Amino acid sequence: MKSKLNLDKKKIDEARGYAAKIAGSLQEFIDGHTTVSTERAVIRLLGVDGTNDVETPLPNIMIDLLKDNGVLEKGISFWLGNAMVQTGLGPQEIAEKVSNGELDILKLPIASKKEIEEKLAPEVHAALKKIRKQTEYRNNFISTIGEGKKPYLYVIVATGNIYEDVVQAKAAGRQGADIVAVIRTTAQSLLDYVPYGPTTEGFGGTYATQENFKIMRKALDEVGEEVGRYIRLCNYSSGLCMSEIAAMGAMERLDVMLNDALYGILFRDINMQRTLIDQYFSRVIIGYSDVIFNSGEDNYLTTSDAFDEAHTVLASQFINEQFAVLANIKEEQMGLGHAFEMDPDMENGFLYELAQAMMAKEIFPKASLKYMPPTKFMTGNIFKGAIQNAMFNMVSVWTGQSLQLLGMLTEAIHTPHMQDRYLALENASYVFNNARDLGEEVEFKQDGIIQKRAQKVLDDASVLLSNIEEEGLFATIEQGKFGGVKRARDGGKGLAGVCKKDEDYFNPFIPLMMGGAK
Amino acid sequence: MDTEKQMNTMVDTAVAEVDLKKVKPYGDTMNDGMMELAFTLPVPYGEEASEAGKILAKKMGLTEPSVVYSKDMGGNFTFIVLYGKCSHTVDYTEIKVTKVEQNVMDRDQCGVFIEENIGRPVVIVGASTGSDAHTVGIDAIMNMKGFHGHFGLERYKGIEAINMGSQVPNEELIAKAVEVNADAILISQTVTQKDVHITNLTNMIELLEAEGLRDKIIVACGGPRITHELAQELGYDAGFGPHSYAEDTATFILEEMVKRGMKDKKPL
Repeated sequence: MKSKLNLDKKKIDEARGYAAKIAGSLQEFIDGHTTVSTERAVIRLLGVDGTNDVETPLPNIMIDLLKDNGVLEKGISFWLGNAMVQTGLGPQEIAEKVSNGELDILKLPIASKKEIEEKLAPEVHAALKKIRKQTEYRNNFISTIGEGKKPYLYVIVATGNIYEDVVQAKAAGRQGADIVAVIRTTAQSLLDYVPYGPTTEGFGGTYATQENFKIMRKALDEVGEEVGRYIRLCNYSSGLCMSEIAAMGAMERLDVMLNDALYGILFRDINMQRTLIDQYFSRVIIGYSDVIFNSGEDNYLTTSDAFDEAHTVLASQFINEQFAVLANIKEEQMGLGHAFEMDPDMENGFLYELAQAMMAKEIFPKASLKYMPPTKFMTGNIFKGAIQNAMFNMVSVWTGQSLQLLGMLTEAIHTPHMQDRYLALENASYVFNNARDLGEEVEFKQDGIIQKRAQKVLDDASVLLSNIEEEGLFATIEQGKFGGVKRARDGGKGLAGVCKKDEDYFNPFIPLMMGGAK
Repeated sequence: MDTEKQMNTMVDTAVAEVDLKKVKPYGDTMNDGMMELAFTLPVPYGEEASEAGKILAKKMGLTEPSVVYSKDMGGNFTFIVLYGKCSHTVDYTEIKVTKVEQNVMDRDQCGVFIEENIGRPVVIVGASTGSDAHTVGIDAIMNMKGFHGHFGLERYKGIEAINMGSQVPNEELIAKAVEVNADAILISQTVTQKDVHITNLTNMIELLEAEGLRDKIIVACGGPRITHELAQELGYDAGFGPHSYAEDTATFILEEMVKRGMKDKKPL
């Protein structure tokens, strides 16, 4: 396809090449380490769930046991598999007995690695089968009942009570939503465990729990059948429990998950080593499960200027793309993030937004680009806000974005009320329908404002990536080049949960998921 | 009535002045009381829903309510847009609003003020606290770049501004303030739900009091739903609502420091 922006393909390839080297150079480090959350994800996939009588999740009890005894380096698959060989019990029974103090899995005789792997294999394949069944269900639903047109209309629910969220989500589905994201109670990203059971009293959202996922999945399937359109469910595979939540999401058929180590490092102060290791396994799971991941580049623009720092968004998208390639994620599952966040008072701001959105589409043509609405310059003037959102919707349909997180009138005031969501859906449906094929009809002036803007952002991103490649990603973050936020390599939360693997370590899911096991 | 007198009466009506003792909303004619409302009722769409909207409007003191638009939002929810005439009035002359009363100094004046009246760096710690993930407010006040052409405190001469970002627990913010011997704490609350910002702001003051720090430090809060009056009710020294910038906050802190003789403040 001819570039409407007259972007130089060689420059795109060059930038992508730098990003590939940046991501690739970290893979050796990632492959050599594991984390408590990665191991908890493994044990959850193997079917361990539930809590003890003081509400500590069994996955935490099991992994903390290894960590506290300094044997996490062999991984939970080794210890659990061995316990299965020696006791003849299943994973959940073993976890319960360990929790009750009836069994010490570290004091059992050690079987051969071959025996351990063979003993675990049926459990591993059962987990993969469960995930594949979910994928088949989704594919079947979409091919027989249908789905909405892109850009998918993406709304959030955030009441703090999962049952109230269900009411709002079902209403949103009936009003035309294609994706419903259940906002997570914000402090969860810093919890090093996943809470258990349904949430009825959260602040700013609910917890990401397996039960909440189940409740909302069922509700959206019901309303999807009612309206004849598959409605996608989104939640957050992010924070300290990134990989565990990815596992839960895969098992409960989430369709979209926010997943971005860079976001956690910059905006949640999560340790960079910890979260990059967690991100890898979470992306392997996401890739295997046909989940679309959303990266969080849009957030850079809430802390730094959307015009001046546009190239940092593009650079980060390139890096996120390459991290995804290493986890064997298809391009269509890459929900790379960007946003419509320029100051509305800026002359020709719309042209620059258009240029940047078009640029993202041309550089990542198959990706499911996630486009985020104006937030920073929403004022409480809801009437002007409606226009800002309409301008944003116009750029989206014009440039072929995939996941359109709808702007809410009440942004910067409070979480959306029932009518805010309806008005947002109506706004987007109107603009999308009314300007559906605009992108096919319009080309841009040679060397005009729009072409030049896109070319400049690509150039700047390429220079930034070249610098990062030279200095390394960790050093770049330490200098505060993304979002204007500085983070230290050994700073932030969660570093204590990182562990070097020893030669006995194995994670049975990674090779099978990467190979697309049937 | 002769013609001239009649004309005068008409002119008088046409240019009717506002009666500040009895103020009403203005639509297109003085004292018409016109207001527009938009809301959702949790009832099925239909004439009954519109009627419910009108009855509600009447109870709110709106006469001649008219539902100009209603929409079935599914799941037994109806969206309503309604116009009505407000029957209430307000005595504007009796209104008293608690505001931060000050002549705002600009960035340069603040720098000079510090040099002349304080003579040491002023340390200000800020954060968006609790579950609020939004940094837009605290960034606007503290970060170098500021907002809408108003530079943030980081760019002020004589001010050491420490922005801790979002989702900072109150305890951590206090610990930081003690660590750096702060003169002032700024708290931003941007997006709130079910009034969680009130609980959070109250908790902050309780913690400061429990630690015996409340009187030793200036504490201010800000955000779209914060007013000076609310802030004072909650035990803050000041509250800054929308359209406040770094210079408003800085002026308040600096003048307050001088008032309280904090120049030679002991370490916290």
